[in-house]
Amino acid sequence: MKYLLEVKNLQTHFFTEDGIVPAVDGVDFELEPGQTLGIVGESGCGKSVTSVSILRLVPNPPGRIVGGEILFEGKDLVKATESEMQSIRGNDIAMIFQEPMTSLNPVFTIGKQISEAIMLHQKLDKKAAKERCVQMLKLVGIPRAEQAVDEYPHQFSGGMRQRAMIAMALSCNPKLLIADEPTTALDVTIQAQIIELMKDLKEKLNTAIMLITHDLGVVAEMADHVIVMYAGRVVEEADVIDLFKDPKHPYTIGLMKSKPSLDGNAKRLDVIPGAVPNPLAMPKGCAFHPRCSHAMDICKEKMPELNKFGDNRKIRCWLHEKEGGEK
Amino acid sequence: MIKEKGQINENQEENLATSSKVESPWTIVGRRLRKNKLAMIGLVVITILSLAAIFAPFITGIPRDITNLANTNAPPSSEHLLGTDSLGRDMLTRLAYGGRISLTVGFVSTSLRILIGVILGGIAGYYGKGIDNVIMRIADIFSCLPFLPIAITFVAVLGPSIYNIMIVLAILGWPGIARIVRAEILSLREREFMEAATALGIGDFKKIVSHLIPNTMASIIVSATTGIASAILTESALSFLGLGVAPPTPTWGNMMYDAQSQYVLKNRWWQWVPPGIIIFLAVISLNLLGDGLRDALDPRLKQ
Amino acid sequence: MAEKLIETNDLLEVKNLKKYFPIKGGFLKKTIGHVKAVEDVSFTIKKGETLGIVGESGCGKSTTGRTLLRLLEKTDGEVYYDGREIYGLPKDEMIKLRTKMQIVFQDPYSSLNPRKTVSQICGEALVEHGLAKKGKEVNEIVSDVIQKCGLAPYHIRRYPHEFSGGQRQRIGIARALALNPEFIVCDEPVSALDVSIQSQVINLLMDLQEEMGLTYLFISHDLSVVKHISDRIGVMYLGSLVELAPKDDLYAEPLHPYTQALLSAIPIADPTYKKKRIILKGDIPSPANPPLGCRFHTRCPYAMDKCKTEVPEFKEAKPGHFVACHLV
Repeated sequence: MKYLLEVKNLQTHFFTEDGIVPAVDGVDFELEPGQTLGIVGESGCGKSVTSVSILRLVPNPPGRIVGGEILFEGKDLVKATESEMQSIRGNDIAMIFQEPMTSLNPVFTIGKQISEAIMLHQKLDKKAAKERCVQMLKLVGIPRAEQAVDEYPHQFSGGMRQRAMIAMALSCNPKLLIADEPTTALDVTIQAQIIELMKDLKEKLNTAIMLITHDLGVVAEMADHVIVMYAGRVVEEADVIDLFKDPKHPYTIGLMKSKPSLDGNAKRLDVIPGAVPNPLAMPKGCAFHPRCSHAMDICKEKMPELNKFGDNRKIRCWLHEKEGGEK
Repeated sequence: MIKEKGQINENQEENLATSSKVESPWTIVGRRLRKNKLAMIGLVVITILSLAAIFAPFITGIPRDITNLANTNAPPSSEHLLGTDSLGRDMLTRLAYGGRISLTVGFVSTSLRILIGVILGGIAGYYGKGIDNVIMRIADIFSCLPFLPIAITFVAVLGPSIYNIMIVLAILGWPGIARIVRAEILSLREREFMEAATALGIGDFKKIVSHLIPNTMASIIVSATTGIASAILTESALSFLGLGVAPPTPTWGNMMYDAQSQYVLKNRWWQWVPPGIIIFLAVISLNLLGDGLRDALDPRLKQ
Repeated sequence: MAEKLIETNDLLEVKNLKKYFPIKGGFLKKTIGHVKAVEDVSFTIKKGETLGIVGESGCGKSTTGRTLLRLLEKTDGEVYYDGREIYGLPKDEMIKLRTKMQIVFQDPYSSLNPRKTVSQICGEALVEHGLAKKGKEVNEIVSDVIQKCGLAPYHIRRYPHEFSGGQRQRIGIARALALNPEFIVCDEPVSALDVSIQSQVINLLMDLQEEMGLTYLFISHDLSVVKHISDRIGVMYLGSLVELAPKDDLYAEPLHPYTQALLSAIPIADPTYKKKRIILKGDIPSPANPPLGCRFHTRCPYAMDKCKTEVPEFKEAKPGHFVACHLV
């Protein structure tokens, strides 16, 4: 088996009082063991919904996985029972969230929260779990780990909390770590610490990481392979070097150009005009066509397929339809 | 560059709400409320009761206070749909007239309560510090007062009348509203649009009246709806104790007071069951409507 | 595009500004300490210029912006606007001055009153200051302003919830512009927006500056955004201004160790770019109990004994390039 995780035509819809919101609408990707996959996109593109779908944590109602497969080590998580999911969550697949304060329970000590998961999944006794816990805190670079283990979340700073979250997530040696905007809530200097820590841990533990972020800089630093999402679909997929060297999809190009660069001296920023379409009234054809400067007639009529383009690359765009077909 | 700007405009218009209708926050609340069946039933019932009270003279055509000693304590019949009371007066007529007093007491006392509560709560919340402390300690004192003894004393001194009941309900009830308004304003005060108002040079009075109070309306309305229900109950209770509105004016409460004896309870159900049911209906409808409004108003606005 | 016109005279001068927030505690709510949010900050802004302020959360950049608009009362120091000390102005003069100094906020949701229409939001101050009559006159001005900000005239009758985040931010900008101000504090105006919308709003702010001759104080934690829009940049750390320089000087040759670390910490959107990153130890200390001496010494890779006791002076190291560090 080549892939750790294979997502095939995943569809997660939200049934709201105003209508059906297709938050994730046919997403495909694969993740190899030990690989870091970056998922980039703006708010509402479906990147976070994809990640909670994998863990089957979509709030229901209003949300539901309505189609597709999520193969984790060959097993379809969409069809798994709730008790099977419980033994997978936190054990085989762990997750860290954007806001470390809200994902830690304020009334329990850090040690208690981490050892809870260890005791549950690894069948260790209390003492062994606590030892493991101290070991994990040391691994993520928390000073005075022996004392910190008995402290409460409010005694930790933002950066320390995110480290504790990472320790908790990695405590059961998961095969896959889903990191949803792990550095977005942090300050730049703390973000740099966490990025270095995650890169370092990945080398030590060889965990596959699914990194969800809106920050192209973070992706460039951490990911091996990147998928770009727009309006619930994958629009481009490529190895990180290829993607940044030669972005193909007009949306990817637009995203890269619209961020002011540190060494650039352009007077005006390039913009992607308009805004993300209303998910209740998606435009016909390619969802990006109203904002695309290369839009052609066909773009307004038909949604392009996500076509293979070379070895490790896929693009969903009519501009590249022909080129891809030739290869 | 100019061309680019034009393009932005064009696209943005496309992305706006497709309907050309302006949706104010209140129309959204109305739409959500209409979807809530129980709340709508409550609204319908309370509307029917209010209409019945307003058009009381036309319901049976029988005058309210005309006694008929030849036809006392008559059970329901085609002539008197809900029978007559111990003085031969038509029960249905008196029930409809009773609604006038009961509902008026509910609405007026609650309005008074809101008026006092909003003014004092608004001042406390906006100015904070010392003023806040003084007002809220007074509110604490008022909410410590045991309701019934105070109400009984008050009515005993000033005499039982509909106005005195309204006043006592308002005076003893405002701290609840004041606390809600103060708490809301404390959190609204920190919102950036209030800072923006300061930066624009908007005066204090206008900031309170035109920015803060409208944003507290949602919680006030919810609390007022359930407040009316409890005022109706209190009026009934006071009237039942003989402290409410003086006879012969009927209220739902004093109609039940008239049916207090064992014998009546056992043998003349039509003298106490209908007013009981009506009080129950009015209170439960207002509470259902209040709950519905709470859901419709919260989370306040879709973002 | 023409070069920006920056005049030589200062529009705003801030001298030794301090802002402490009391910490209340205990049964009687006594003041038991102070959060020193802004500690001895001085700078000037020239007419037509954009001064960027960068720093991490809790460094006092937003408090500085609000204190110099008198949205918060200062603890100490002076703020001169057009030569007049604003804290010395009587109340009615201050209200008049508010038409000249405006602010754009970070959060496009909490910064607009949800119960008011765009026309009311942007036009309220016009009526309040007697600059236009309620009704048609206000609507005309507001509809002009929102068009400048990239919205359509029919939007004036709509409520904030009908707009997207980026459009709401445009309304916030229009509200500030309606009074035809000279100076605008932009407090993280693009931080809450998506990348593609960020660039639209940045372009808008720059266009408006050129068109109306505005002066900006641009506060942000995003160094690349600040670099794009600013002429000069100040770096704040824990309530103090540690470095202030023209943007090209600052990015080419940062003098303060904190600025150096901050610049090296930005993730670069280029996977082939390998750089030496300065990773700072530990976290930002609490502003309630800042370190003695140089406030940065607890995390500074070059800290010396002197740094722990002596506050470095904010001095001009090179023409126009100010820095507060014992190394320089």
